Amino acid sequence: MTDTSGRTLDFTARPAALRRRHAAEARFRMAGRLAILLAFGFLVLMLGAIAHTGTGALKQTQIRLQVALPADAPASTDPAKADFGGLLKQALRARFPEVSGRKDKRRLYRLLSIGAEERLREAMLEAPAPGAQERVLTLWLPASDEVDLLVKHDQPGRLGEQEQRWVAQLRESGEIRVAFNRGFFLNGDSREPELAGIASALAGTAWTLAVCFALSFPIGILGAIYLEEFARKGRWSSFIEVNINNLAAVPSIVFGLLGLAVFLNLFGLPRSSPLVGGMVLALMTLPTIIIASRAALRAVPPAIREAALGIGATRVQTVFHHVVPLALPGMLTGTIVGMARALGETAPLLMIGMVAFIVDIPGSILEPATALPVQIFLWADSPERAFLEKTSAAIIVLITFLVFMNLIAILMRMKFRKRF
Amino acid sequence: MKKVSFTTRRRSGRAAERLIVGALAVCSLLAVGVTVGIVFSLSAETYRFFERVPLEEFLFGLQWSPQTAIRSDQVGAAGAFGAVPLISGTLLISAIAMAVATPLGLASAVYLAEYASPRARAFFKPALEILAGIPSVVYGFFAALMIAPTIRLVGTGAGLEVASESALAAGLAMGIMILPLVSSLSDDVINTVPQSLRDASYGMGATQSETIRRVILPAAMPGIAGSLLLAASSAIGETMIVVMAAGMAANLTLNPLDAVTTITVQIVALLTGDQEFDSAKTLSAFALGALLFVVTLFLNALAQKIVQHFREQYD
Repeated sequence: MTDTSGRTLDFTARPAALRRRHAAEARFRMAGRLAILLAFGFLVLMLGAIAHTGTGALKQTQIRLQVALPADAPASTDPAKADFGGLLKQALRARFPEVSGRKDKRRLYRLLSIGAEERLREAMLEAPAPGAQERVLTLWLPASDEVDLLVKHDQPGRLGEQEQRWVAQLRESGEIRVAFNRGFFLNGDSREPELAGIASALAGTAWTLAVCFALSFPIGILGAIYLEEFARKGRWSSFIEVNINNLAAVPSIVFGLLGLAVFLNLFGLPRSSPLVGGMVLALMTLPTIIIASRAALRAVPPAIREAALGIGATRVQTVFHHVVPLALPGMLTGTIVGMARALGETAPLLMIGMVAFIVDIPGSILEPATALPVQIFLWADSPERAFLEKTSAAIIVLITFLVFMNLIAILMRMKFRKRF
Repeated sequence: MKKVSFTTRRRSGRAAERLIVGALAVCSLLAVGVTVGIVFSLSAETYRFFERVPLEEFLFGLQWSPQTAIRSDQVGAAGAFGAVPLISGTLLISAIAMAVATPLGLASAVYLAEYASPRARAFFKPALEILAGIPSVVYGFFAALMIAPTIRLVGTGAGLEVASESALAAGLAMGIMILPLVSSLSDDVINTVPQSLRDASYGMGATQSETIRRVILPAAMPGIAGSLLLAASSAIGETMIVVMAAGMAANLTLNPLDAVTTITVQIVALLTGDQEFDSAKTLSAFALGALLFVVTLFLNALAQKIVQHFREQYD
């Protein structure tokens, strides 16, 4: 191509300045891609690491032992009086007859968890009556947390050479197995890592969220209906609006302080109870629900209201018969999102004392309880290494619930999405 | 002609309606009641605290050791309630978090809003939302379990002295946690910048990145500033990460490798376990809570004003 002066113009060769600019463009784009990959990589790393350590808690090391019951065993008549520990020690000595000396014997006894006694008691209740048959029970008994770590992860921890030899011996003869850990889902908290479970924390969370839902859902959507449909737009309603927006960003621990000062000290409600925990979380979720519900109501077109009013419905009838049913899916979605946030909340529960060591499963909203995230916090604080995998496993359970709730919200949003 | 009366039946209906509307109004007032409750409970206990400890000591004192001694005649029986080390620790950790979240969050937002293909956007936007939805106790666990030991390993390898509960570990985890706040709000804001501005810039021959840097980001700046303020406010109020990954030692330092403590950590430390409700120690937690409330409220109000103003500009 030639221009009038006869010079050749080459549009494919880029001048240096343009090359620089295009290089800058490429760098800029790369920086954005890098940033998002970094954030995503962190998410994968965190969830991966937790999943990796957590799966170990779903399995438990067990030792097979033949427990000989004494002929005159009071076992089947009154298991409460039997000396389970003694029977287990006897069985261990019978399995390792070469062990002598008090120190060695004590080390030997520590291969088993304290929970083994409970297992033996259960087995003796089911066992046949004395004299009827042979009095030897073959049982799979839970191993102590240190043996558990050694078998599952090859971490000797505080175990000495001798104990490791015993474990190796048991392993060779097939007297050690790794089985599904039912106890993790059925037991309450325990000082012994191999016995600790999340059942009490899950029950506490269920009670707390039930209270939270019962309070925040009706108050939240009714308040939103008033603000969106009935309140006169003016200084007062905009004051409430600003108020709610600010409340949504107040640090959660401040709500805990409110619960401590007002619910516990002023009203005298029971400390550590799901009732107070649920009330505090309800105050926190209220703004989320109100904001989401108002958005849902605003999305209902005015034509619906005008049509209802036009055929003689009152304003209350219009709102409750026509507007609210259309906005309800959106309101429920907002509520689920709010409840999911409440589920993961820890700090305010610490303030009102839901941070206790709870073994028993709470049976009502007035009993002392703890919640799943608080249980995670407590276990994360424990010095025993065996609690590490318990903590991760509890996090897996928590995140599973969160994902589940958010999925429901997303599905509802997709199913009920209406374009007016 | 017979007169038809519409009023008789209506009147009872109207009374019922008024009752319903009244009940609805009460529900909406409860939201305000929560704020009133917070202000009331915080200010009452804070007032009692300042009856015991002077305000100047709390705001300007350089020493924080609230442990009241067992015997009242012991040295330091009253404890020291200077909040400056806590404030500096909170600001240090929040600054680290913001130093992580601001560049990463902004770059992600720009990428999502301007560059990403619809498919990439559909994948990464929910992924960032997952990051936002993970409870802070999980971040705290991860910071204490993985980030802190890694920093310590690298730091001591480089010949530095690293505390086992360094401000850096807590700050990094917190930065990742508030990143989605920055990115999703900034993403929204960038999307509200009118297309005509972009088209004009491209028409002048600008490349895409030039358009973003010189036209879109300046236009979106107020909204982005608002999102950064919101992120900073949530960093200051964050509790579980710092409780689990930052220390209890009230050091007055700017070294990110040292252990520092924060306002929220001290509130938790003061109020968990047994407590007598009249000591200055317990009451100081409420004074700290009031400080936290005022600061975060101010930041939020400012952020919302800025964002609101920005929205009106382009609507």
